[in-house]
This record gives sequence, C-alpha cells and structure tokens, in this order.
Amino acid sequence: MKDTEGYVTADGRQIGGVLMEMRNITLKFGGVTAISDISFDIREGEIRAIIGPNGAGKSSMLNIISGFYTPTIGEVWYKGAKRPPMKPYEVARMGVARTFQNIALFEGMTVLDNVMTGRLTHMHAGILSQAIWWGKARDEEIANREKVERVIDFLEIQNIRKTPVGRLPYGLKKRVELARALAAEPSILLLDEPMAGMNVEEKEDMSRFILDVNDEFGTTIALIEHDMGVVMDLSDRVVVMDYGKKIGDGTPEEVRNNQDVIDAYLGVPH
Amino acid sequence: MEPKSEGTEGLRSIPALLLRNAAQFGDAPAYREKEFGIWQCWSWKRTADEVEALALGLLNLGVNPGDHIAIIGRNRPSLYYSMVAAQSVGAIPVPLYQDAVAEEMVYVLAHCGARFVIASDQEQVDKVIEIQDDLHQFEHMIYLDPRGLRKYDHSHLHQFSHILDQGRAARDEFLPELERRRSALTYDDTCVMLYTSGTTGKPKGVVLSNRNIIESARAASEFDKLKRTDEVLAYLPMAWVGDFIFSIGQSYWTGFCVNCPESADTLLTDLREIAPTYYFAPPRVFETQLTQITIRMEDASPLKQRMFRHFMAHARKVGPKILDGKSVGLLDRLKYALGELLVYGPLKNAMGFSRVRVGYTAGEAIGPEIFDFYRSLGINLKQLYGQTEASVFITVQPDGEVRSDTVGVPAPGVEIRIAENGEVYYRSPGVFVEYYKNPESTADTKDAEGWVATGDAGFIEESTGHLRIIDRAKDVGQMADGSMFAPKYVENKLKFYPNILEAVVFGAGRDRCVAFINIDLTAVGNWAERNNIAYASYQELAQHPQVLETIKRHIEEVNASVAQDEILSGCQVHRFLVLHKELDADDGEMTRTRKVRRKVIGEKFHDLVDALYDGSDSVYTETEVTYEDGRKGKIKATLKILDAKVVPVTGRMAAE
Repeated sequence: MKDTEGYVTADGRQIGGVLMEMRNITLKFGGVTAISDISFDIREGEIRAIIGPNGAGKSSMLNIISGFYTPTIGEVWYKGAKRPPMKPYEVARMGVARTFQNIALFEGMTVLDNVMTGRLTHMHAGILSQAIWWGKARDEEIANREKVERVIDFLEIQNIRKTPVGRLPYGLKKRVELARALAAEPSILLLDEPMAGMNVEEKEDMSRFILDVNDEFGTTIALIEHDMGVVMDLSDRVVVMDYGKKIGDGTPEEVRNNQDVIDAYLGVPH
Repeated sequence: MEPKSEGTEGLRSIPALLLRNAAQFGDAPAYREKEFGIWQCWSWKRTADEVEALALGLLNLGVNPGDHIAIIGRNRPSLYYSMVAAQSVGAIPVPLYQDAVAEEMVYVLAHCGARFVIASDQEQVDKVIEIQDDLHQFEHMIYLDPRGLRKYDHSHLHQFSHILDQGRAARDEFLPELERRRSALTYDDTCVMLYTSGTTGKPKGVVLSNRNIIESARAASEFDKLKRTDEVLAYLPMAWVGDFIFSIGQSYWTGFCVNCPESADTLLTDLREIAPTYYFAPPRVFETQLTQITIRMEDASPLKQRMFRHFMAHARKVGPKILDGKSVGLLDRLKYALGELLVYGPLKNAMGFSRVRVGYTAGEAIGPEIFDFYRSLGINLKQLYGQTEASVFITVQPDGEVRSDTVGVPAPGVEIRIAENGEVYYRSPGVFVEYYKNPESTADTKDAEGWVATGDAGFIEESTGHLRIIDRAKDVGQMADGSMFAPKYVENKLKFYPNILEAVVFGAGRDRCVAFINIDLTAVGNWAERNNIAYASYQELAQHPQVLETIKRHIEEVNASVAQDEILSGCQVHRFLVLHKELDADDGEMTRTRKVRRKVIGEKFHDLVDALYDGSDSVYTETEVTYEDGRKGKIKATLKILDAKVVPVTGRMAAE
C-alpha cells in the first residue's frame, strides 16, 4: 500500500492516504525503554486502535503523537512533513485533539464552559477585548459557541449543558471530554481508553458516538482500548504492542489470528 | 354543525387555516423549537412556505389523494407541518407513537397501508426498515435527522431537506396540481387518522374529519377564550388525539404558537423557559412533578421546610376559593399574597407554571389531593373528559366550577345521555367518522343517530349538571357479597402517595380486595439515600422490609379513607404485594398513554393474584420482560405478601 493510496474497509468506507506516520520511534526514560523502534501509520478517515497488555507503552505512544513526549529516537511525520519537536499546544493547533485516560476536565465549570475550552485554539482576540467582551471577542465567542452547540447536540448532552462537571456521573464526564476534543475540530482525534470503567450501555453509546464522529465529520481516530469486543468492532486497523515492541499490525481479523498477539494476551507457558 | 363557520369563511381544512394565518398574521410565531441552545422560530409565513415546499416534494414523490402517510418521531415543528403538507396533497396523516416497538408499528402501518413514512431519525428509520418486508404498500421513507444514515441504501430513503429542495425546484410543474388538491378539500374529508391505544385488543384507526377537528377546536378555543398570544409546550405523543387538537387544531384555529422542547431530557428546563399560558398534561405528569417537589422539599433546609408547610396549609384552605372568585376574608387574602411572594410564586416559577391561564388534565382520573395541590397554588387546573372518538371534548369544567370529583359539564355542542346500565353516551360535531376498515367495531360503538358509547360508567349530578365518572364500565363490578367494586377509585387514592407509582386492585367476584403496588423509584430511592439504605436494584429496593412497611402504612390510611364511603367501603385492600418490575407499555401491561391494562396484568401475574388470595406469605415468580430493542428476558423474584389492617364496616349491616 503506497502512502497516497487508500483502501476500502469491510463496511465500504473509503480510507485515504497516510495522515500521520511514526517512523522507528524509540522512547527512553533514563534506563527504561518504554517504546523500542516502532513504526506504523494512521490513514485519513480510519479508526486505528492501539492495543496491548498493561505497561505495553500504549499511552506513551499516544503522548508522543500528541506532542507531550518527544521520542528519543525516531520521527513523527504529519500531513506529509516531518514534525519538529513541539509543545503539546502547538500540536493541538495543528489539528490533534485528545481525551485522557483519567478524566481531565475542569470540575467546577459547567459542561458548556468545559467544551468551550476546546475552542481555545480557534480564538485569537486580545485579552483586553475579551475582558470587556466587545468587538472581535464577542463575534468570535458567538461563532465558537455555535460550533460548541453543534457538538453538544451531536453528543446529546443538551440536558446537562449548564451542569457543573463535578456533579456528573463518570460515563457522562467521558462524553464531555469527547465533546471538548471534538469542539477543537481536529483532523485526528486521540482517545485514551474511552470506555474504561463504563457499563455495557455506556459502552454502546460511546461506540456509537465514535462511529458517528468518524462517519459524520470524517475525523481520523486513534484509540487505545482494553475491551477487545469494542476494539474489534470499531477499528479498521489495529497495532498491537507488548513490552514496548510492536508485535502485530493489521485488520482486526489478521490481528486476532496472529500467534504473537494471542501469546501476549493469554500468556505462554515457560 | 353550524354552517356559518363552514361556508362563509371557507375554512374547511387545516391547510386553509394555515393560508389564512399566513395572510393575516404571517410574522407571528407559529412554532418554536430549541435547537443549538437557542429557541428557533417559524413564523406562519415560513411555515406556509415550508409546508408548500414539502407538499410539492410529496407530489414529486408520487403521493396520491387518499394515501396514508405515517409520521413517527418526537414533537418537532417539521413533523407537525408534515401532517399539514400531507393534508395539502389530499393524503391522510397517521401519527404513530415513537416509543412503540417494531412489532407494534407493523400492525398499524400494515393496517392503514401507509405508502410513505416520515420519520425523525435513525432510530425510527431502523424500526421501519426492520419491518418493511411485512409492509406491502410501503414505498418511500423521509427522515429529518441525517445523522448515522449516510451509509443507508437511499433508493427508497430521502432526506427531509432534499425533499423540500426538490419541491421548490419543481414548483412550476406541480403548483397547479397542489392548488387543485388543496382547494378540493371538503369539510367531510379525513383530517387525520389516530390509532387508539386500546386498553383491550388491537389498536383501532379512528378516522376524524376536518369537521370533527375544526369544530371541536373552535368550540373549545372559544370556551376557554384562547388567544393568538397564547403559548403551549408540545411534549405529549403526537399520536395522541389531545396533542393533535391542541398543537394542530386549536393552534391553527386561533393562531397561537406551539413550542417544541429540545429533547425529552430537557423538558423541565424548556417548560420553565417557555412558561406556557395554556397547558395540558395527563395526571401522571402532575403526579411526577409533585413527587419531585416533595423530594426536593425534604432535602431543603429546616426553615424552608417549615415555611413551605405553613403556607401550603394556608393555600389548601383558601387558595381554591380565591381561584374560584369566592369570598375570602381580608386577613386570609393578605396572608395568601405573602405566601405568593414567598412560596407559591417561586414554586410555580420552578415548575414553569408562572403564566398558566388554563391548564387541563385528562386521560385518567386525577387524585383529588394532587388536583387540589395545584389549584391551591393559584394554577387554574381543570379537568376534562374526552376520547379520541370525540375529537377529545366530551365534558369540560368551566372556570369557577372546578371540582376534583367531577369532570364538568358537556362541552359546547355536546349532548350527553346516561344509559340504563350507567354507561355514558355522547353525540357531538366531533364524533368520529368510523374506525378504519372495521365496520363492526364502528357499529358497536356508534349508533345510527350518532350516539357514541364511552365505555365508562357515570352519572350526572342533578344539582350542578356535572358529570361524574365512576370507572370504566367494564371494570366496575361486584364483589362476592354484591357490594360495588370500583378499583380505580382505590388506586387513585393510593397513587397520591409519592412512594406509590402505580397500583392495581383486584377483587371482582371475590370476598375481599387485594392489590399490586409499584413503588416510585425516584421517591423511594431518595428516601433510601437519605436513610443510608443500600440497594442494588429496583427489585431489591421494592422488597426492602422498611419499604414494605411504609407501603403498608399508606394502604391502611387509604383503607380508613375508603371506609368512609358508604357504597365503596367493601373495596378496602386486605392484602398486597410490591411488584418486582415496573409496569411497562413495552410488556403490554400498560397502554402507550400509560393506563393500566387490568385484564392483561391479571392474566400475566395470575400466580401472584392466586398467592394473594390463598394466604401464603411469599410467592416465587418469573416474568418475561421486553427490552427496548425488542429482546426478551426474564426476571425472577420472590415477593413478600403482607396483610393490611382494614376498618370493619358495621354501618352497612345496620343499614340493610
């Protein structure tokens, strides 16, 4: 498969060329090698899962994509160009948004305000104009509010729009986090364990939202998830990591039949 | 039957009323819907424009006069005016209950032979697609919200906005045909077909003509002096006749604005924001709101609680009198005014009732205590008695003559007759044309002179002329000793307690009465939380000893109250159990308008009824339940059966 060529998924979706490519990534913390020499790509419009047992280095990989970590060795290519070392907010401006494994919302603020923070990268008015809410700041906020309201409508959280996040149950907080990431209108959305700790119904809802986001906005999604049923159902291609190494990469079907993957998950007798 | 409103004004159909409204006050709001956090407004002009575009689009799709177009979804302006667009091209709108499962829909869609379906979203589209193989006449489906539908096969599926665009594009081609069809509508053409939920048997398609709807809407609007500036909140199922009369009939007749909530979950917020002036709700809604207030007051500070109790006691004493314009002492009036400032006003504001000029409750009898609660706050809540077959109105309560135990005087243009057996009959301009494709049932219900049997037993109070309904005629029975058995009377008393959501009393032909109780999870759950009582499920909470003890106390209080009634004192509840599941329409135990199906429940839970009568103190049962997506499952439970104290009735023996 060439970089510019796409492919067609099992359910008939057209996937585009390479959007982001990880080339020979190695990440070391002192003497510990969290990730060693991993390469894979994420194509435009696909749902790409990263799976692996605990401690495999999945979250570290997501942190490299989001710019939180800089790889010790290796390159990140984004939209056809090598990405220089960047601060996370600079990466965010380039169209990468994420959610966190442990919810990172402003608990005291309302859902609406939290989601509005997702628009920060799109706001350019000066601090003075924002303080008196005049001219450009006002126009900008109205335009951004409209975008936010569309996300709120999309994720069906209208009824909690004005509720402080701290009062919400866990499953809804996860949804609010997704809303905030979506509000940034990202080209690529990183989800760190979006279903962790959810009950079956919440998982079903979240899966539907992820599929709808991908379908409706064409957003590329990279997700880490432990629920294998969800991963196999949702994703187009899966990267499998174990002890910082890539042990598998391919469609859910290929990965499922990969002996290394089975061994990593079920364990092998020594 | 007054020709003056027909011939001279030429307003013989809903589309004709729409054209009048657009011409006379085109800029006034016709619909509002909250979307993206803002109330979006449709003026009458815009409504007329969109109805025309949709009607042209429907012509483009090949809709013929007399076709049935099913409408499925929650209350949204586009779905309301879809019905008017359907009428404009001579088709018949058939609104369906949106929460119906696919098997229920298949009966209605096949029975009316709908060629077209207008559905709100993916959920409804999926249901229709699931059953479309059983629908031989079904051809095209139009959906409002495109979300998730992108990948569907679009050979028979169309997006609503595209149909509007196609209609506008084909305006020149189809406009003459539209005008021809629109002007051909007569007073006797079908306006809408509504399926009655039916507490027994299969739903029946009630055919209502333009005459039925417009005459009923006109009479009722004049009765309550409705104005163009009135506001209603449309949140009740569109398939229900009441919603059709209020949100289409009366709205198009008087020209008031229909407001649609953002989603079902935001209803209470939207209600507060809109503060309707004309409000309509089944007793269940009022019960729920009262339960919520009670719960929230229990969580309030002691000072607020005392203030609330003090002023509510005063309101109960003088509130209804003030509302009815009766004489009340100056001191009491002053205290009531203070209460309005401190308690009643804020309370009404919190419930969204600040501006209610006329409020109605119907569909079922409302508990007198609940009714009085709202009236004592100064909310002009009234009762009406109606049926789908009557285009709603049979009797209504005039201002100043409102009581909780009657349903009012005959509505304008309605005649009432009580048959030998106590059954209520009526005749009015609103009387339905027929049951669709069901001449036997039509003949059973409506006689040659146009009298319709209500199926309810009642009598007219001689002194006031008010109608009193005792119960469903077929529910009123006799107990073994020959005394009268009226289950609903007892159930309504039980349902007043916030802890009790639903009650079903059995006793026909038996020597004593027994009852099933459904606890209200919100109220009982809140109580459990405050008392540190842990529970894992509805089932577990329902069988908690303290809950059972509380319910027992409620029943004993009700028994004491029932004992006061000379005729019905035999209906005291001797034994009861708390059900392990909530009665649900999906399981066929209730109608979609949430009336209990007594017979179905009696048969389905016959093991429980037997246990209540054979003296055992617990019973094991398994119940099949239907999940939202139609899958079936089983609930197993062991239910405790408790005895309740009854008040011995000696008076009757002496009287005999």
